[in-house]
Amino acid sequence: MQPFELICPAGNPAALRAAVDAGADAVYLGFRDETNARNFPGLNFSRDDLAEAVGYAHARKVQVFVAINTYPQAGNLGPWQRAVDDAARLKADAVILADIGLLAYAARRHPDLRLHLSVQASAANAEAIRLYRDAFGVRRVVLPRVLTVPEIARLNAEIDIETEVFVFGGLCPMAEGRCSLSSYATGQSPNRQGVCSPASHVRYEPRGKALASTLGGFTINLFGEDEQAGYPTLCKGRFLSGDTPAYLFEEPTSLNAMELLPELKAAKVCALKIEGRQRGKAYIAAVVAAYRKALDAFAKGQAVPKLDLDAMVEGGTQTTGAYKRAWR
Amino acid sequence: MKPRLTLGPVLFNWPADRWRDFYFRMADEAPVDTVIVGEVVCFKRAPFFAPVMDEVIARLASAGKEVWLASPILVGSDRERSAMRDLVSCDLLPIEANDMGALSLLDGRRHAVGPFINCYNEATLAWLAGRGAMSVSLPAELPAASVAVLAKAGVELGLSIEVQVYGRAPLAISARCYHARAHGLHKDGCQFVCGNDPDGMPVKTLDGQSFLTVNGTQTLSHGYLGLAAEMDRLLAMGVTRFRLSPQDTDMVAVATAFRAVLDGERDGREVVAELGRSSPAPLENGFFHNMAGATYAAGHSPGA
Repeated sequence: MQPFELICPAGNPAALRAAVDAGADAVYLGFRDETNARNFPGLNFSRDDLAEAVGYAHARKVQVFVAINTYPQAGNLGPWQRAVDDAARLKADAVILADIGLLAYAARRHPDLRLHLSVQASAANAEAIRLYRDAFGVRRVVLPRVLTVPEIARLNAEIDIETEVFVFGGLCPMAEGRCSLSSYATGQSPNRQGVCSPASHVRYEPRGKALASTLGGFTINLFGEDEQAGYPTLCKGRFLSGDTPAYLFEEPTSLNAMELLPELKAAKVCALKIEGRQRGKAYIAAVVAAYRKALDAFAKGQAVPKLDLDAMVEGGTQTTGAYKRAWR
Repeated sequence: MKPRLTLGPVLFNWPADRWRDFYFRMADEAPVDTVIVGEVVCFKRAPFFAPVMDEVIARLASAGKEVWLASPILVGSDRERSAMRDLVSCDLLPIEANDMGALSLLDGRRHAVGPFINCYNEATLAWLAGRGAMSVSLPAELPAASVAVLAKAGVELGLSIEVQVYGRAPLAISARCYHARAHGLHKDGCQFVCGNDPDGMPVKTLDGQSFLTVNGTQTLSHGYLGLAAEMDRLLAMGVTRFRLSPQDTDMVAVATAFRAVLDGERDGREVVAELGRSSPAPLENGFFHNMAGATYAAGHSPGA
């Protein structure tokens, strides 16, 4: 039985080394611009950084994937096409793409470059995935976080390319790549600028004894004195849909699917992905090491150790998200 | 190409008789050229409309409307997949594909590409054209600069580019039903609570500010897109299709007003002021002007 591949995030060279050293099979990263979906200030890799990262990782038999997974701007395709060209030139093991036009470019210009379909493409059914395979030679699809494990199993029975699923970290309750909530409140969108609920549009304002967090002028949450204030990610806010304030879309919670390793293996999932390119190297080292330990135990048929990741999850709570039907 | 008015699919869960009567009235009275029908948000609702679908299509066709069938936005579960396959197997009417799965099944057939397939640039547009797209409806969040490039490319490629000019902007889709969640229910036992809200469920901030609209698994803007004042600019760019998304308001009046702007009989700014007064929610055009979508850009009359 082929072991799971462990795919780990890196927002800077130090995080990449931490992920490699902690047992990643592959590290994914982006360039320092709007071509990737974690385009945050102070994050990501220059071309020189990527060259060094590939050297460090390949020397330790770890792969490097470059996410170029935003949607290129009309009339300005150059930055996205150069990102693909440079990833290929600098010997990245795969590029992770979402845009049809960019997939067509990569397939035509770099026929030997391995293409992965980003979660941002939201390909959730066998018909869609076969189209990406047939049209562009896509070899792996990162599944959108909308499918249950039984649905993933049935999907894998019908397709002949690899699937990668998120197992840990931040959780979008919306289908990724099909969400304009951030752009509605701020003018900045995941698809166009690679940002969601950007810090530049966040304010914290006292309201009496409470603290309000706002995004683009809209109140996303109000925290009482006894509550810890969280970051105002739009879909994790408290809103009124009647009279009672509620986390209408999703609580501030993190995905952790470690308990589902046997089901994901039976579903023929190839690779497990950890979210968090915006996280520091200490976080990356701890989460990657925990998953490495779990996957090694699982591969040997041993019980998966109970790991203490509680301190690592948003709001201190964990969910298996869409993998279980009741989430819907 | 003569500019055309499109009526998008009803996104909300209206009772079947209301849904039928709405389309009958649109057939008889609304000066729209193309009408797109079909349940795109939730497969659980589709059986309610199925018994009246044939008579709606027949009425629209006999009124001279071009009728297209819309495919669902999110297709993951087995039931969603079989609904998609059934729809695409209908070869009597053109299909508007809203997911790459439907596009895959339409290989070799002329079809429309709906606003839920991401077409952000001319390279994607060219690929879609090469697969037989006769029109492409752009995502609501695209700014004018992108629309201009795509409209020009559309003219060169010989396909029509569509922009939504009226109705709530679709912002997100999920596997989770927020209507059910807000009522303490699961999607599987949802009791069709989305049917209580014919214009969607209002979502306010904790300050009581109107913000978003929930429609089952879909999230929309609170405000209505209102691009009447931008019609001249859109026409000059080469946009040839203008989409009105049905809301719980007088859609015949809305269509009549936009038709008058397209025909050069009324000024778009005057129409947007009038629609601002008559629409149940404020009008917005921020996306088009490269601002937050939830705004109405200065320089145009904001209406309500």
